[in-house]
Amino acid sequence: MSKAVGIEIAGVNLSYGSTHVLKDVALSIRPGEFFAFLGPSGCGKTTLLRLIAGFAHAQSGTVTIDGRDVAPLPPWKRDVGMVFQSYALWPHMTVARNVAFGLEERRLPRPEIERRVAVALELVGLAAYADRRPAQLSGGQQQRVAVARTIAVEPKVLLLDEPLSNLDAKMRVSVRRELRALQQRLGLTTVFVTHDQEEANTICDRIAVMEAGIIRQVGTPMELYENPANLFVASFLGSANILEGRATGNVFEVAGGARIGLPTGIVVPAGARLVFRPQHATLAPPGGGLLEGPVTHREFLGATVRYGVRVGDTEVLVEAPFQSGNEMKTIGDPVGVALPPQRALYLSV
Amino acid sequence: MVRSPGQVALALAIALFLGLFLVVPVVTVVFAAFTEKGSGGLTFVNFADFWRTDLFVRSFWNSVYVSALTVVWASVFALPLAYLTTRFEFRGAMLVQILGFLPLIMPPFVGAVAMQLLFGRNGSVNLLLDEWFGFKIGFMEGLNGIIFLQAIHYFPFILVNLSAALRNIDRSMEEAAQNLGAHGLRLFRRIAFPLALPGYIAGASLVFVKVFDDVATPLLLNVKEMLAPQAYLRITSIGIDDPMGYVIAVILIGVAVATMWATTLVMRGKDYATTQRGGGGLTRRTLRPREAMLAYALVILILVIVLAPHVGLLLLSFATVWSYSPLPDGFTLAHYARVLGDSSVYIRNTLLYSGLAAAIDVAIGGAIAYLVLRSRVPGRRWLDWGASTALAVPGIVLGIGYLRAFYGVKLPDGTPLAALWIVIVLAIAVRRLPYALRAAYAALQQISVSLEEAAENLGATKARAVRRIVVPLMTGGLLAGFVTSFATAAVELSAVLMLVQSNSDAPLAYGIYVLMQTPAGRGAGAALGVIAVIIVAACMWLSQLVADRSQRSRGLDI
Repeated sequence: MSKAVGIEIAGVNLSYGSTHVLKDVALSIRPGEFFAFLGPSGCGKTTLLRLIAGFAHAQSGTVTIDGRDVAPLPPWKRDVGMVFQSYALWPHMTVARNVAFGLEERRLPRPEIERRVAVALELVGLAAYADRRPAQLSGGQQQRVAVARTIAVEPKVLLLDEPLSNLDAKMRVSVRRELRALQQRLGLTTVFVTHDQEEANTICDRIAVMEAGIIRQVGTPMELYENPANLFVASFLGSANILEGRATGNVFEVAGGARIGLPTGIVVPAGARLVFRPQHATLAPPGGGLLEGPVTHREFLGATVRYGVRVGDTEVLVEAPFQSGNEMKTIGDPVGVALPPQRALYLSV
Repeated sequence: MVRSPGQVALALAIALFLGLFLVVPVVTVVFAAFTEKGSGGLTFVNFADFWRTDLFVRSFWNSVYVSALTVVWASVFALPLAYLTTRFEFRGAMLVQILGFLPLIMPPFVGAVAMQLLFGRNGSVNLLLDEWFGFKIGFMEGLNGIIFLQAIHYFPFILVNLSAALRNIDRSMEEAAQNLGAHGLRLFRRIAFPLALPGYIAGASLVFVKVFDDVATPLLLNVKEMLAPQAYLRITSIGIDDPMGYVIAVILIGVAVATMWATTLVMRGKDYATTQRGGGGLTRRTLRPREAMLAYALVILILVIVLAPHVGLLLLSFATVWSYSPLPDGFTLAHYARVLGDSSVYIRNTLLYSGLAAAIDVAIGGAIAYLVLRSRVPGRRWLDWGASTALAVPGIVLGIGYLRAFYGVKLPDGTPLAALWIVIVLAIAVRRLPYALRAAYAALQQISVSLEEAAENLGATKARAVRRIVVPLMTGGLLAGFVTSFATAAVELSAVLMLVQSNSDAPLAYGIYVLMQTPAGRGAGAALGVIAVIIVAACMWLSQLVADRSQRSRGLDI
């Protein structure tokens, strides 16, 4: 395997007609990294991936792969392997012919092609299926053929466009582990597009969270969860309670009237809101919490119990670990919601 | 989804109709071909005679040659146009789409004489070529003329099928190939063309069969040594007892069936449409100015050639005298006066026959579609299959079959059944039934079963649910099927040619054919042709309008 390469994206703007799809996108993907573009549909993540592959064209900015600006290169000269969401296996060719295609286009000698096709199919565990047609394979097998076809040409980087979206829930978990294991073995710089945070969290080293053509934050899954940079990232990754309020001096006053002391050194940006995770808050006796209100609903989730507590105009979620014998609150019970100050985040849009 | 006595009765009635008017005539023809003249015993001797007769063998190979070369030339017209409209952003694509409708509004025999006058040895083009450059081109010499005429009429069948196949290709199929290093023509050859091949083959085989079965075009161009014309000439000149006409008919069926069978063999396992998810067609790019000019030049050239028979027909219908000159000597309305006067019986007959035939088709097609999709009547698939086999029966064969099967059946007053005009209607109806059946399927498939079940749940019987829910919802689709059947029935000739007993019973197509054979009748024939084209074009436009309307009114707009 050749050495892993990095991808640098700088100042990219891209529009289709009057729709501004990518806005001043800048990113640095490190060599050998498993990187995710995560965001809701329509956020531009697939367009950004297609830009790297050469299927989309930016009006401004640069994409550099291994230190080389790829703007003048057409898709067939970029040497980036892409696995399509639909797999795009050619139905008129067998599995082996599909995998051989890229090698044939590179005019490799026949024996070398045969060898590398065998290796690639072996790698994805489909050596026995070489002579089948794509239509004769299951969805998971088709996905592995698509991966084999791409890695057979030993591309500089691997691009995966929602590769798990056409699989059923159970397959998804096993295939994503396979993908991760394969990527680790090959040490290949990989970009993974998904709208599913669990997928991104479980297999990626770092994630770029995107919204409406803008990269809102880049970081490891844990960084993004623990220290979201803004309200969008906080609410997109996991669930979050968001309360309006105002900072005065070293106190944050929530719209309902509750006041939280701000630890020294915390700077609350203008217009910021109080954000905290449901599992970081705990239920307290009435009058003993930071926020007060009646229980509005209760959901038993197995390991935890999720309570909704009405605070002013909003509903705050609190997740308490479930242990048998614990006293359960019922709907209408007045409760307090306690929150350790260090778990409170103050984020703006 | 139950089997009610009413449905069984309906299925039996349709089976009876198909048996009497499709199976019996065809079986009669096949039987006659294997019957020894005189003794009445079964024999292969007629086929041996066929292959021993030089004229027939020559005719057979001429038909194969003409059909194959028509496919080649039709492909030469169709391939660049299909590539141009699917690969590039091309404003002329609208023009190319219009081309797709032209063969439906005017069958090739109608323009044959006009094309002779434009492209023949002493036609307009050659007179000008001779005057300016001193040479002539044998566009219309012998078999060339038929190939030329058929190719410009039928290439849209290849164009439409191939373009549809190219447009249905999942865009990522091509991008995946680009991603792996392929581009340009190599990409087209390795990915796009193989994926579109089923569409191309479907169009090409259709063209082959249509040309092979055509009777009137060769005859009007004065070519007798082809198979379908030989069948016609044999029966009309020697009589319905001579076995050779039937042998030729069986061979015509054989070729049609073999072509369709070969097509299914080649297409087996190649139904790529279902294995592709995305669609979206090929990646399009804009043409550079010079390329765009070239593209327009090509499209306009093809358009001019394709419209030549139409323009020629129009000129001929207004011409006083037109021979040995690039343009007619003078213009007159006399031909139209004539055809609207004493020849108007043709027009009246056509409206009556096509209307009846289309009504029969829609009724039977709708009933078969309903039985197949919504009932459990045993053998319902056979009705569908039976009605569709009409596609493999050339018109001339059906005509011969009707003559043979029904000539012996006498009415109480002694006239043979085959001499009645209603037999012409039945022949046309059977010929067009497969098309109406497809339209009915399409219409019914859009209606969810639950709409019918809801009506039954609220107390409607099966028959009332059909009448109050299914039929109203299918109206748009059935109406479109009716108009299409009507339009194509209006220019049906090959079956009609065998069955017309007197001019007073003849439809338009027959009138055109008869008039076009004499120089004195050409003008009137052309005027009738123009009227036919106007009727058919108006119908096509109407059916498009109806289909659009009914889609929109039901919120099925896409």
